[in-house]
Amino acid sequence: MNTLRQIWAVSLMNLRSVPQRWSTSLVIVVGIAGVVGVLTAILAMGEGFSATLGAAGKEDQAIVLRSGATSELTSGLSRETVDLIKRAPGVARGADGEPVASAEILVIADLPKAGTGTLANAPIRGVQPGAFGLRPEVRIIEGRNFEPGPRELIVGRGAASQFEGLEVGARVAFRDADWTIVGIFSAGGGAHESELWGDAETVMSAYRRGGFQSVTVQLESAESMEAFQAALADDPRLNVEAQTLRAYFSAQSRQMSTLINVLGYTVGYIMAIGALFGALNTMYAAISTRAREIATLRALGFGGTAIVTSVMIEALLLAVIGGAIGGGLAWALFNGYTVSTLGANFSQVAFDFKVTGELLAQGIAWSLVIGFLGGLFPAWRAARQEVTTALRSL
Amino acid sequence: MKYLHLVWSGLFRKKFRTILTLLSVIVAFLLFGLLQAVNEAFQAGADQARADRLITNSRYSIIEMLPISYLPQIESVPGVKEVAFASWFGGSYQDRPAQFAVFPVDPERYLRVAPEIELSEEARERWRSTRDGAVVGQSLAERYGWQVGDRVTLVADIWPQRGGGNEWNFEIAGIYTSPESEQDEGALLFQWEYFDEARQFARGTVGWFILQVEDPDRAEEVSQAVDALFANSSNETKTQTEKAFAQGFARQFGDVGLIVTAILGAVFFTILVLTGNTMAQAVRERIPELAILKTLGFSDRAVLGLVVGEALVLIVLGGMLGLGLAAAALGGLSAALAGFGIQGISLSVVATGLLLMVALSLAIGLPPAVRAMRLRVVDALGGHQ
Repeated sequence: MNTLRQIWAVSLMNLRSVPQRWSTSLVIVVGIAGVVGVLTAILAMGEGFSATLGAAGKEDQAIVLRSGATSELTSGLSRETVDLIKRAPGVARGADGEPVASAEILVIADLPKAGTGTLANAPIRGVQPGAFGLRPEVRIIEGRNFEPGPRELIVGRGAASQFEGLEVGARVAFRDADWTIVGIFSAGGGAHESELWGDAETVMSAYRRGGFQSVTVQLESAESMEAFQAALADDPRLNVEAQTLRAYFSAQSRQMSTLINVLGYTVGYIMAIGALFGALNTMYAAISTRAREIATLRALGFGGTAIVTSVMIEALLLAVIGGAIGGGLAWALFNGYTVSTLGANFSQVAFDFKVTGELLAQGIAWSLVIGFLGGLFPAWRAARQEVTTALRSL
Repeated sequence: MKYLHLVWSGLFRKKFRTILTLLSVIVAFLLFGLLQAVNEAFQAGADQARADRLITNSRYSIIEMLPISYLPQIESVPGVKEVAFASWFGGSYQDRPAQFAVFPVDPERYLRVAPEIELSEEARERWRSTRDGAVVGQSLAERYGWQVGDRVTLVADIWPQRGGGNEWNFEIAGIYTSPESEQDEGALLFQWEYFDEARQFARGTVGWFILQVEDPDRAEEVSQAVDALFANSSNETKTQTEKAFAQGFARQFGDVGLIVTAILGAVFFTILVLTGNTMAQAVRERIPELAILKTLGFSDRAVLGLVVGEALVLIVLGGMLGLGLAAAALGGLSAALAGFGIQGISLSVVATGLLLMVALSLAIGLPPAVRAMRLRVVDALGGHQ
C-alpha cells in the first residue's frame, strides 16, 4: 500500500513538472508521432489497396482465362470457347434457363490523368448483359446505363475522379470514333470502379477483335467449383483455366500489397529505432536535470520502485500522446484520400487510403513499446544513482 | 581545423547523449539512402534514355500492335537514321511471372539502335544463326546462373504457339553487357522471326518501333512527320522521345517521388526537433565554459564557429555512416531487389545527402550558436543567463 502511495505521489510530482521541461518532453512526443504517422499512412495505403481488390473477390463465382494467361489482358478466348464454358456443368442458370455468365473483353485506352494531364492506361471493359446480374453491387449513380449498339460508355466512380473529362455527357475520342459517357457507376468500392464499361460487341468491333478475353460465371455453389474445373479440363476442345474470383483478385493484388507492406514496415522499424534513441535521450536528460530532486526523494525515504515506476509512467504517457497525435494526423490527412497506380491488367486502379481502427491501435502499441524501452534504462539509472553523490553534484 | 580537437571534446563532454544523437542521425540518413535508391529506380528509365531515340507506338494504347509493313515507310522519313522494333512478350519463368523484360527483336536492327549494348562479334554471329537463339544481359544471366549454350523455357501468357502449346524454348547464344547501366542488363532478347512464325495470332505485327534520328534537335519534327504518315489510317501512331515515353510510364505508378519526399520530410522534421533540442540543451549547460573561452580571448565568431562546428561534425559523421549503412544494406539485398531495378547508392544521392547534412547542421547549430556568440562574459560567469 505504501509503495502505491509513493508511486502516486512521485508520478504526480513528475507530471506536474513536465510543462517546465516541455521542450525536452516535446522531443519524445514529436519523435513518436513521426514514426506512428508515417507507419500508419503507408499501411493505410496497403489496406485500401487490398480492400479495393478484395471487394470484387467472391467465392461462388469463377473467372475463366486461356491457360497460361496471368491476367485478363494477356488472355484470349474465341466465341466457340466461350459458348462451351458457359454451358459447362456447375454454372448456375437464371430464371430464363440461360447460364448466369458474362464473356468480357478488356482493352486499354490512353486517357489524360486528372491533375497532371499525362496519359495513363484506362481499362475499358466490354460486358454482356449478364455482368450486372453477376455484380449486383454495380449501381448507376448518375445518368443511365449504356445501350448496345451506339458507342456509349459508363464510367466507374474511381475512374471518373482519376481521369480528366469523364463526366456524363462528355465525348471521349479513342479508336475510330467518339464515345459518349452516359453514366457513372459505383461498385461497392471494388476494382470495377476504376473501369469504363461498354457493350462487349460494340467494344469488340471498335477494337477489331474477334473474341473475348475472359468469362465470369456464377457457380451453383462454391462447392461446384471442382466439378466445373474438371469439366473444363476434360474437354479436349478447351485450353483454359478457371479460378474463383477471390483467388484471381488476391493473386492480382499480391505483389503490390507485399511491396507496400514491406516498405511500410521497413521504414517503420528503422524510424522506430531512431525514435527510441530520441526517447532515451529525452528521458536521460529529464532524469539528469532532476538528479538532485530524485536524490532528495530517496533521502526522504522514497523507494526505488516508486522512482522507476514514476519515470516509466512519464515516458509511457508522453509516448502515447505522440502515438495518438501521429495516428490522428495520418487519419486527418490521409483517410479516404484517393490515389491510383498501375495495377493488374496493366491499367490504372484507383483506391482510397483506409486508416482503420486496427491500424490506429497498432500505432498506439508501437508507441507504447518505444516509450517502454525509452523509459526503462533511464528509470533504472535514476533509481540506482548514489544519493550522496547526486545531492552534492550541481 | 586547429579547433577540431576542441569541437571533438565539446561533443564528447556527455558521451552517452552524443552517441544517442549520432545514432538517430545515422538512422535518418540510412532511410534517406534507401528511399532515394527506390526513387531513382523509378526514374531510371527516363535518366538513361538517349536523346537521339524515339519510340513509335499505337496512338490508342500501349497494348495495340502496329503492322510490320510500317517499317520501310518510317525508314524513308527524312532525319531517321535507323529503325528497329520490339514487342512485349511477358511470360512466366519457373512458375512466376518473369521478373525481367523479354523482347522479340530483329538482332541486326536492334543492336544498331542500341549502341550501349556490348556483345562480342562471335555472340552476334551465333545469335543471328540460331533460330531460337536469345541474348541476355550479364546481371540477368548471373541472377539465374545462365551460361552460353543453356536452354531456357518461358511459359507464354499472351502468346501461345501455333500448335496450342505455351512453352517457348530458347538457347542462350550470348551474354551482353551494358557498361552505362546495370538496369539495361536485365533483358532477354530473342529473334523476332522465330516469334512471328511460331505464334498463334497477330502475325506480322510489332509492339513498337525504335527510331534513331540523325539530329536530336530535330526529334520533334521527325515525330510529327512519322505520325502524319499514318494519320487517318486504321493504325494511327504516336511518336515521342524515349525519355518522354519512360517518364510517362513511370508516372503511371503514381507519384513515387512525392511519397518518398513526404516520408523523408516527416523523418527529417523529427530529427530536426530531436537533435536541435539536444544541441540547445548542450549549449545551455556549457554557458560558463563558453564564457571562460571568451575570457581567454576567443572571439565571438570563434565561439559561434565552435558550436556550429559541433553540429556539423555530429551530423556529417552520422550522415556518412548512415549512407554507408544504406549502401551496405542495398548491396546485401541486391539479389532480392534486382527485379525492381533498385541499385546501390549513386553519387548524386551522396551529393544531395551532403547538402542536406550541411543544411541540417546550420538549422540545428545556428540558433544555439548565435546565443553562445551573444553571451556577455560577466553575466555568464555570474550565472545570470
